[in-house]
Amino acid sequence: MNNSYFVNTIRFILLVLVQVLVFNQLNFFGFINPMVYILFLYWYPIKENRAAFIGLSFVLGLSIDFFSDSMALHAASTVTIAYIRPAIMRFVFGVNIEFQSFRLGSSTKAQQITFLALLIVVHHLVFFTLEIFSFANTLLILKKTMAIGTATLILCLLFTSLFSVKRP
Amino acid sequence: MQQIINFVIRYKHFLLYIFLLMISLGFTIQSHSYHQSSFFNSSNWLTGNIYNASNSVTTYFGLTEENKKLVEENKRLRNILFNIKQEDTIRLDSVALAYTITSGQIINNNFAKARNYLTLNKGEKDSIKPDMGVITTKGILGIVENTSRNFATVQSVLNEKSNINAKIKNTDHFGSLVWNAKRYDVVQLVDIPRLVKLSVGDTIVTGGMSSIFPENVLVGSIQKFDLDTSNSFYTIDVKLFNDMTNVKNVYIVQNTDREEILELEAITEDE
Repeated sequence: MNNSYFVNTIRFILLVLVQVLVFNQLNFFGFINPMVYILFLYWYPIKENRAAFIGLSFVLGLSIDFFSDSMALHAASTVTIAYIRPAIMRFVFGVNIEFQSFRLGSSTKAQQITFLALLIVVHHLVFFTLEIFSFANTLLILKKTMAIGTATLILCLLFTSLFSVKRP
Repeated sequence: MQQIINFVIRYKHFLLYIFLLMISLGFTIQSHSYHQSSFFNSSNWLTGNIYNASNSVTTYFGLTEENKKLVEENKRLRNILFNIKQEDTIRLDSVALAYTITSGQIINNNFAKARNYLTLNKGEKDSIKPDMGVITTKGILGIVENTSRNFATVQSVLNEKSNINAKIKNTDHFGSLVWNAKRYDVVQLVDIPRLVKLSVGDTIVTGGMSSIFPENVLVGSIQKFDLDTSNSFYTIDVKLFNDMTNVKNVYIVQNTDREEILELEAITEDE
């Protein structure tokens, strides 16, 4: 249990630093800055206190906001995916999720990618809708969500294969 | 009562989510830009120092480029200096200077968002205050929004909220410089009346109305222009001279008369 706290704290700090120091400065094609910190929500243990998880996600988003001068955009979108994560999981993994023995690592690759992709799409949609905040620019919102979401997904998949989690 | 408690317990996660979402939306959609940014800015102690540390590592990679820019500027300034008319013997008293200049470096740069901010390594201890203009060797960059002891955040011209007084060079037709969040090298100049003769390539400079920037600081050149929906004003696409993706050394400009101007304007408006 102690170990899990430790791992999550380190992961939290490292993801914030990697996000703000590397990926926020990336500007691939001039505007693509992948948001890899979403991996924290992907990796977070499934059978944990839900309120703590939502609160923690809020703090994660807020820390990114402090670095990127973006008001509370990251906080709002992160807390949204933290709240709907169980719904997404039930959609992707079906009833398996109810069993005690369920592990993220034991699901198929396709399921893991779908889960991650859904988290990213919802997060980016909320984020860019709030950032641009005008219906006149719906196309811009969709374009950004598509392009940056794809980049985020690819990078997150690279990260997950690099640091594969072996956790009960 | 029991019913209410049951309701709260059953939906506690939803309520927590709504609560946190409301907090973040509240922060995001506040109308007062000062309160909005005084909390979420990268000029505070922790974020500023982390950016400073990362900047001291990455700054070496651009030194050649920066040197070239500074040499280029020195060349331009010497050109002006050597060709200045000699009969002008009036010396400016250092107290009577209209503008004071501080140099600084950018330690964090954003240009891909709808609201972009930059972080400078100069702050209150270098007498940097909010609402000072920030320029580079090539043109304007933004306006200081927030300061802490050692750092300052700058609202970039690439910011939806940005609104800077600008005019067409050598005329007195002025308008506002805004940004539509589309391209990082193009900003929009609005409110130029349709009577004004324009041509592609004309230079846009800052106007003298703002008391933030000195008059005639370079901004960019006209890329294309259209009439707006009411057909009475031009909306002009201005290509910035500054490469906003590649800025390092900046100058922070303070108008020493600004407070007096603002005071006078406030009195006039009250009457």
